[in-house]
Amino acid sequence: MNLPDLNIIWYVLVGVLFTGYAMLDGFDLGVGALQLFVRKDEHRRLFLNSIGPVWDGNEVWLVTGGGALFAAFPEAYATVFSGFYLPFMLLLCSLIFRAVAIEFRSKEEWTWWRQFWDVAFSAGSLVASLLIGVAMGNIVRGIPLDGHHEFAGSFLGLLNPYALLMGVTTVLLFAMHGAIYLAMKTEGELNQIVSGWIPRLIGFFLASYFLFNLYTLVEVPWVLDTVRARPYVFAVVAVNVLIVLNIPREIHKGKAFNAFVSSCAAMGLMMATFGLTYFPNMVLSSPDAANSLTIYNAASTQKTLGIMLIIALLGVPLVLAYTASIYWVFRGKTSLTKHSY
Amino acid sequence: MTVETLARIQFAFTVAFHYIYPPLSIGLGILLVMMEGAWLRTGNPLFHNMARFWTRIFALTFAIGVATGIVMEFEFGTNWATYSRFVGDIFGSALAAEGIFAFFLESGFLALLLFGWNKVGPRMHFFATCMVAFGAHFSAVWIVVANSWMQTPAGYHLESTVNGQTVILPPGHVVTPADLTSVRAVVDDFWAMVFNPSTIDRLTHVVLGAWLAGAFLVVSISAYYLLRSRHLEFSRASLKIGLGFATVACVLQMISADFTAKGVVRNQPVKLAAMEGVYETAPATPMTLFGHVDAGEEKVGGPKVPGLLSFLAWGSFTKPVVGLRDLPSDEFLKSRHPQATAGELPVIRKQYWPNVAVVFQFYHIMIIVGVALFVLSLIACFFWWRGWLFDLSRPLTRWLLVALVFSVLGPQIANQAGWFTAEMGRQPWIVYEMLRTSESLSRVVTANQIVASLILFGLVYALLFVMFVFLLTRKIQHGPDSEEESEEMPESWKALVRTVPRA
Ligand code: HDD
Ligand code: HEM
Ligand code: HEM
Repeated sequence: MNLPDLNIIWYVLVGVLFTGYAMLDGFDLGVGALQLFVRKDEHRRLFLNSIGPVWDGNEVWLVTGGGALFAAFPEAYATVFSGFYLPFMLLLCSLIFRAVAIEFRSKEEWTWWRQFWDVAFSAGSLVASLLIGVAMGNIVRGIPLDGHHEFAGSFLGLLNPYALLMGVTTVLLFAMHGAIYLAMKTEGELNQIVSGWIPRLIGFFLASYFLFNLYTLVEVPWVLDTVRARPYVFAVVAVNVLIVLNIPREIHKGKAFNAFVSSCAAMGLMMATFGLTYFPNMVLSSPDAANSLTIYNAASTQKTLGIMLIIALLGVPLVLAYTASIYWVFRGKTSLTKHSY
Repeated sequence: MTVETLARIQFAFTVAFHYIYPPLSIGLGILLVMMEGAWLRTGNPLFHNMARFWTRIFALTFAIGVATGIVMEFEFGTNWATYSRFVGDIFGSALAAEGIFAFFLESGFLALLLFGWNKVGPRMHFFATCMVAFGAHFSAVWIVVANSWMQTPAGYHLESTVNGQTVILPPGHVVTPADLTSVRAVVDDFWAMVFNPSTIDRLTHVVLGAWLAGAFLVVSISAYYLLRSRHLEFSRASLKIGLGFATVACVLQMISADFTAKGVVRNQPVKLAAMEGVYETAPATPMTLFGHVDAGEEKVGGPKVPGLLSFLAWGSFTKPVVGLRDLPSDEFLKSRHPQATAGELPVIRKQYWPNVAVVFQFYHIMIIVGVALFVLSLIACFFWWRGWLFDLSRPLTRWLLVALVFSVLGPQIANQAGWFTAEMGRQPWIVYEMLRTSESLSRVVTANQIVASLILFGLVYALLFVMFVFLLTRKIQHGPDSEEESEEMPESWKALVRTVPRA
């Protein structure tokens, strides 16, 4: 029998999990980043409750992505998380604040209390988006690895301008995505406010995204070479550009849902572009590319990849089924009830 | 302090903090199923009220459990990178399975449980409650599988890769530090890995410990209301459900504890000897009820019951329990230290002992607390049976209720002490008799980085804990909704729930 290469399957699956995380928790983080831009308590509560029933499930994509990375590519898991030690601890702390702020904020009436948790929610979301972007930026650019695939750089080295620009781009991307989600979930006055932000957010994002791509061509020369060798990547990028441009069009027509789908698709295609270009690397070593982790030298045994595939085939349909039903049950505009945050 | 010590402190601190919350969610989850089930069956609004009140408490413990759990998922990579490389092939799958099978289930249905009261029908809501409880148990399953494999590895072999050539190492191969960059553990048999020799015993014990945590939380808050004469009808009913459940779990826990301990005798004799402070191998080994270990003199002081340990371990009053001076065996030591002379072995042997004094104390704290909870729940049941439990005019009842208010701490102490016993008793190994903790660190992480993260988490968790206690207290002060408030049931539900005429 001609089995497809398990390593490639798992490269794709891990990518799918992280892409799912970006699409789903991306809008939660975006809503968080925007929280302080509305002043009324009722509006802030509507923000929180629009993501209330779903944010936890969205975050599980990250947890499962981490678990899948551990199981399928333990070397990559070990290298990245020990190498990015401090940024990662900060990321975890910001996710903690984001999570508990949602739960705690509306439990008490006091202004200072709500103010405090609003700031925690917003700062947690912002820092988390920024750090996710910075981590991605470093992965794209390549990090120094030694002969044992151990990280050989420094904390400050991770905060290079290229990675920081990727961080800012990610914040703007999530904020745009979150605003579109909010446009879908809100009505009346709040909807007007949020819709008013969207063109500007799209503009900021596009500017930053454009800059980032230019910077990539200068800073990460291998990208251009690889893309030349794999012309299909151009096709993906072209479709992506069209889809991104479709977002303002749909917003203009008042079709928030279509805009949201476009925005999800755009994220998916960005990740696809990255995956197609980066393949077969898991963690690129720079300057010494020979030390890179690839989907072969970072992987578990074929046996484990096979077992994991069975687990995924059993689990993923279930996961998709209840994710879809939860979104279905909580479809429509968000309103405040006695059980709301 | 060495990087090893710091990394262990950091890991222990974050995981111990995480473990305050999941047991509460697991235990409360079962109770929510009971309460909501009772409501659907009887239609008595009291149960509806109860389910809602305890759901609010559940939401709080769950949120903090989730927030602190994410840290754990990545800490194997951040703190124990060498370990992750070494066992990733085996250990990772359990962790990934937990995400796919348990966490998605829990978090999805949690949304229905918390926000679905007016969105779905009562049957669907009840189903969601069941699924949340089920999912919480499932996460315990996978994480305990992973941990048990570290205690009693099975279903694997070691292989070494040098210049792209893979060699399977023989079963008896003892890993030495030189092996670390080339050797890894690889799965042979997934089910043997999952059902390794200690999984079932430990899983039972952990789940029962979690039930106790949830049950005594309900008992404690209800007893508090009774003492304050508030929400009487509500708290009587809650106390009955909580106490019944607690008593059953206590009895089962004693049985399970016996199995767990016997498992340790068989699988990890060094750990058992440390838990009981047995240095000398002697027939009719006595059991020390409580006391203190003088690690220098290798002596244990305190009251002893002759032969009891032999009996509990082997079912025979005379068969000896092997002591630390004979553990690990000479053969094992020689295989790891081929150069050592017979005279050096007793000195080398001590490097393979855990910290006996500490393990002994944690273990005994667990036992004492466990027995105390057992006795307390039996007394409370006796009061209940005699009809004294709710008779506040009796001074004895009031004392009992005060004890019940504090009982909530018992399972928390026992759970933490149990884990500290299990994990510190496994030292110096991270994977028992395979990989040492000191060999499994992240090579690139420095002491300063760990200290920084320790301070960060210290502050954040302190804040979280204060907030948790504060909000819990506020919720308790606020109490359940008055019945009128909670009557706002959607019309569609009323048809499905039989409503009893109120007396
Ligand atoms: C409410 C909780 C609770 C209570 C009352 C007890 N335990 Fe326990 N115990 C746990 C909660 C726990 C735990 C947290 O679930 C542990 C930690 C690791 C594990 O597998 O279970 C544990 C571990 C643990 C271990 C070590 C397992 C290992 O190292 O693999 C033993 C031998 C016992 N217990 C035995 C007892 C005995 C003899 C008890 C008393 C009478 C007892 N436990 C009461
Ligand atoms: C080092 C070990 C552990 C790791 C890596 C870990 C990981 C996690 C993660 C990532 C979450 C968040 C899931 C989400 O986002 O929904 C979580 C929550 C949870 N964990 Fe842990 N966990 C560990 C120990 C344990 C243990 C020992 C138990 C139970 C016996 C447990 C039971 C739970 C439960 C029930 C939840 C759901 C939240 C809650 O109920 O509070 N975990 N854990
Ligand atoms: C949730 C309850 C748990 C508690 C309270 C707990 C407690 C501890 C403690 C106290 C230590 C430090 C031991 C020492 O320094 O001597 C430790 C270490 C460790 N535990 Fe656990 N543990 C728990 C669950 C788990 C689980 C479920 C796993 C695996 C899936 C796990 C894996 C580890 C690892 C890898 C270490 C580091 C190595 C070591 O120091 O032994 N723990 N844990």
